[in-house]
Amino acid sequence: MGWYDKILPSGVRKQASERRSTVPEGLWKKCVKCEAVLYRPDLERNADVCPKCGHHMRIGARRRLDIFLDEEGREEVFDDVEPVDRLKFRDTKRYRDRLAAAQRNTGEKDALVAMRGTLHGMPVVVVAFDFSFHGGSMGYAVGEKFTRAAQLALEERMPMVCFSASGGARMQEALISLMQMAKTSAVLERLKLSSVPYISVMTDPIYGGVSASLALLGDINVAEPDARAGFAGPNVIEQTIRQKLPKGFQRSEFLLDHGAIDMIVHRNEMRDTLGRLLAKFTGRAATATAV
Amino acid sequence: MNPNFLDFEQPIAELEVKIEELQLVGSDNDINIGDEISKLREKSTRLTEKIYAGLSSWDIVKVARHPQRPYTMDYVPRVFTEFDELHGDRHFADDKAIVGGVARLEGKPVMVIGQEKGRNVQDKVARNFGMPKPEGYRKALRLMELAERYHMPVITLIDTPGAYPGIDSEERGISEAIAQNLAVMSRLRTPIISVVIGEGSSGGALGIGVGDHLAMLQYSTYFVISPEGCANIIWKTSEKAPDAAQAMGVTSSVLEELGIVDATIEEPLGGAHRDVDTMASRIQAHLVQEVERLQAISVDEMLEARYQRLLSYGN
Repeated sequence: MGWYDKILPSGVRKQASERRSTVPEGLWKKCVKCEAVLYRPDLERNADVCPKCGHHMRIGARRRLDIFLDEEGREEVFDDVEPVDRLKFRDTKRYRDRLAAAQRNTGEKDALVAMRGTLHGMPVVVVAFDFSFHGGSMGYAVGEKFTRAAQLALEERMPMVCFSASGGARMQEALISLMQMAKTSAVLERLKLSSVPYISVMTDPIYGGVSASLALLGDINVAEPDARAGFAGPNVIEQTIRQKLPKGFQRSEFLLDHGAIDMIVHRNEMRDTLGRLLAKFTGRAATATAV
Repeated sequence: MNPNFLDFEQPIAELEVKIEELQLVGSDNDINIGDEISKLREKSTRLTEKIYAGLSSWDIVKVARHPQRPYTMDYVPRVFTEFDELHGDRHFADDKAIVGGVARLEGKPVMVIGQEKGRNVQDKVARNFGMPKPEGYRKALRLMELAERYHMPVITLIDTPGAYPGIDSEERGISEAIAQNLAVMSRLRTPIISVVIGEGSSGGALGIGVGDHLAMLQYSTYFVISPEGCANIIWKTSEKAPDAAQAMGVTSSVLEELGIVDATIEEPLGGAHRDVDTMASRIQAHLVQEVERLQAISVDEMLEARYQRLLSYGN
C-alpha cells in the first residue's frame, strides 16, 4: 500500500482497491521461469507455453482436454464418480471439509477428468489430472475413474491417453489410495494383453504412487519438456543421502537419458505426435494433418 | 530403560528384573521362593496381556519396528525347508534388501520372496536397511515369472521402510520397476500370497504385495506414507506421528474392516519377537491353508477373483 492510500479514510481506501480491480484480472502473466511479462491472450493462443522461453506452464484438466481433443464429439464420462472418506480422516481439519473446499475452488469432484472423443478423427479415451485439486493426488475417485475409463477403452478397443500431474497417493485415504496403484496397474495390464494402446503423458509434476503405477506403464511414455518426475521427492532424497542433487535431476531430459520415457513432446505438437503414433498402432493410414 | 522393551512395556521390564533377581537369590539360598517367582510370572503375563490389549496404533508401529522383531531370514528356515537362495536381476545387481529363492512348504515347492532389513550393523548396511532399489523389484519379478512357469505358489513376506529414495534408484527407474511388478502380479498364473510381517511402507511394500491373499501379523503395520512422513506434511512436525498413525489406520484391524487385508495372524503374547518359533508355525499353518484353498480352484477362476478384488478396492 502506498503512502497515498494510507492517508485515505478506510471507506475511500476500499473503493480505491475496487477501482484497481476493474482492470481485467490477470490480463498479464509473468512466466515463472524467464520472468517475462506475457499478454494472456498470446499465452492462451500458445497453449500456455511461454512464447519467450518455451516454459510449459501448469494447466488444468479441462484446459488440457480442450487443447488435445478434436473440437467436435467430445463427451465427459464417469463424472458421477465421487471421493469417499472411508476412514473419516481428520488431522487439523476434516478430510471431508478439505474435499469440499477443493471442490468449491476447482469446480471438480476430484482430481481426474475423463472424456471420450476423437483425435484427428480417431476415437480415443483421454483422462487428465488436475493438479490444483489436492495436488492431483490419487485416492479412490481418481483410481476408480481411471479404471472405468480404461475399461471403456478395452471394451470399445479405443486407444487411451493419460495426462498425469500428481504429487502421488492421497494420504487422507491411506491404504485405499495405495491400492489404487494396484488397481490401475491391473487394468492397464489387461489393455496391454489385449493390444489396446495406452500412451502416458507425464506433465509437471509426477511423483510417488502415480509415478510408480499408471504414469510409467505406457506402451509409449511421453513427457512434456522440463517436467519433473520421480518416485521420491527431491527433498526426501536430499535428506536421505545428505547431498545436493545434480542439476536437471528428475527432469524430462533426465528421464529420456535414463531410458524411462520414449520421447519429449512439446505441448503444441502433442496432438499431431500422439495422433501419428496411435494411427500406426491402430492400423490407420497416414493423415494429412499428421506429418 | 531396558532396550529390550518398548516404552509402554517398561512396567513389564521392571517385573522381569524382579523375577531375575529372585531367581538369583533362589539359587544362593535354600529358602523356597519358587511360589513367589511363579506369582510374579503370572503377574507379568497378566500385565503383558493388559498392556497388549490396549495398544494404540502408534504402539503397534513400535512393535512392528522393534529391533528384535523377527525378519524374513528368521522365518524362512522355520517356515520352509530346503531354501535355495537365488540371486540377481540379470541386468544390474543383486539387491540384498530383497531375498528370494525356491523352498518347500510342507514338501511342496514354492517361491519365497521377502524384504530383509538385516540384523547386525554390517548386515543392515549390506541390505540397505530393507529399502530395495529397482534391481530388487526386478529380481523379485524374475523369480515370480520363474515360479509361474513351474506352477509354484509365490509367497511374499513384506517388511520394508520403503523403496530406497536415492539418486541411483531414480536413475535406474524405481517407479517403473514397482509399476511393472504391480501389473504383472495382477495376472501371474500362479497363487500369490503375501504376509506383512513387520512394516509395510507404501509402494515399496506393494511392489511385492499384489496377489490372491493378503495377511498381516497382528502387530505389523501397513501404510501409504510413514506416520512420521504424514505428520511432517500435515502438522509440519514428526512429533505428531502418533496422531498420523491413528488417523491413517495403519493396523490390521482397520485394514480388515476396509476389505484390504484378508486375515490377521495372531502373535504370541508380547509380540512375535518373544516367541519366534510359535509365530513361524502359525505363519506356516496359514500359508498351507491358503495354498491349498487356491490350488483347489482353477487358475482362471483364481485370476478372475484376483482381478475383481483389485477393482473393488475402495468401493
